[in-house]
Amino acid sequence: MLDNDMEMMISYVMELGDQLPAMPVSLQTEGNIVKGCQSKVWLSADMNEGKLLFNADSNTAVTKGLVSILVRVLSGRTPQEIVDADLFFIDKIGMNRFIGTQRSNGFGSMIKQMKIYGLAFSAKTDA
Amino acid sequence: MEILKEAKLNIETIRAEFPILDQQVNGKQLVYLDNAATNQKPQRVIDALSHFYQNDNANIHRGIHTLSERSTAAFEATRAAVQTFINANEVEEIIFTKGTTESINLVASSWGRKFLNEGDEVLISALEHHSNIVPWQMICEERGAILKVMPISQNGEIILEEIENLLTERTKMVAFNHASNSLGSINPVKTIIDKAHAIGAKVLVDGAQATSHLHVDVQALNADFYAFSAHKMYGPTGLGVLYGKRTELEKMPPYQGGGEMIKDVSFEKTSYNDIPYKFEAGTPDIANVVALKSAIEFIEGFGKENIAAHEAEILAYATAELKKIEGVKIIGEAKEKVGVLSFIVEGIHHFDLGMWMDAKGVAVRTGHHCTQPLMDFYCIEGTVRASFAVYNTIEEVDIFVGALKATIEKFKR
Repeated sequence: MLDNDMEMMISYVMELGDQLPAMPVSLQTEGNIVKGCQSKVWLSADMNEGKLLFNADSNTAVTKGLVSILVRVLSGRTPQEIVDADLFFIDKIGMNRFIGTQRSNGFGSMIKQMKIYGLAFSAKTDA
Repeated sequence: MEILKEAKLNIETIRAEFPILDQQVNGKQLVYLDNAATNQKPQRVIDALSHFYQNDNANIHRGIHTLSERSTAAFEATRAAVQTFINANEVEEIIFTKGTTESINLVASSWGRKFLNEGDEVLISALEHHSNIVPWQMICEERGAILKVMPISQNGEIILEEIENLLTERTKMVAFNHASNSLGSINPVKTIIDKAHAIGAKVLVDGAQATSHLHVDVQALNADFYAFSAHKMYGPTGLGVLYGKRTELEKMPPYQGGGEMIKDVSFEKTSYNDIPYKFEAGTPDIANVVALKSAIEFIEGFGKENIAAHEAEILAYATAELKKIEGVKIIGEAKEKVGVLSFIVEGIHHFDLGMWMDAKGVAVRTGHHCTQPLMDFYCIEGTVRASFAVYNTIEEVDIFVGALKATIEKFKR
């Protein structure tokens, strides 16, 4: 479990962030900024063969790591799966303490934004 | 000089009064360096709070029973202690509020609604905390008045020469801080007040960062209004003070209506109470007001000059150490500062730095510190801010510096 060693946790999260595929600068727009984060987090979504693919980046290493975890878990799923996703793993891997209050790192805002994309794209598919 | 005569502060004895400092955070000894946000409370303040609820708690001013008498006496004793603390002329000039923010809002709204007219001007500084910007923006918009800003130098000092150009016959209020929460700069309060008064403007000083360690004499300063917070001077949270000259307060309409602030109430007409009660609607934060007296006694017991001298030593040491680290840039290098040290590190976002420092048990603040215009001036998003109190030690600075160096190393890889 990671929740005993904060330094290890941050290192791990930052390493995950390093592995996030680069987001094209053209997508790092004002419109793609996730509101409610202390850092800048960009998030964009595209449909590809019925699956929602996310692109993300951040100007801080820790937040980049956090958004990369969500991208890993949610990208490539159907819009409906994203809407229905229950992110129990955060608790399971001991990240709750690390995530802290939703406000301070915007983790909740990122999840919310991804779910909004899921909702929007699932509506499009239904239409 | 007083500092030389007195024995140096025994920091170990002082620290023993702060039980909260003795804890581990993320497996490391807590090093609390976020004192500009709020400082910790000595045991005597915590005891005063408990004692009050265990022995004296009752609503004040209205009751004739014994507990109410005791509670009222304790409450008003703090008001008298605050009067002495800032050398106000009269005890009625001390108003209890929720904090500096409410104190400023009270003046902006109550004074502003009566004395600010279309085309009038309010002058603030580029150093201000949002709490000394937004209330003025709001009232200026409401009244059609204009908000102007005193510029600062790269060092983070108000440019005194520019003030003359900004003060006009339309300037009605000048509001600025005694010391900057983001940079630590101490402003030449008396000089600015005199300039403002020379053209007939009133002055409000935001003293939130001053009262725990700077000499504050509102009569000597001749401030019209002086606002500060209990929780930034070793006192409880949710409480602040507005000092206002009687002549000013009496001219102002009430801020909030309700119980306590009235003389007589009928559906036809209601008359208002005298100061300070006119501005203290409803049941106040009785217990915390009572506990504030202990915080004042704590400060005065050790002596502000001694507290300031100790913090100055810590600040000087920390500043010197930081200057040795490559890539670290200190933001705000005024000639005179309170114990606040803001900095940025090349290539590392302050948010990441703050997270790492926390992982090592060091509590610092990151971001814009509620001074976004100030950050814009420096063209940065925010800083890491270490701020010191009387209980911080050189050893703690060493831990902080060590943690910072280790974090910078991590990012190099």
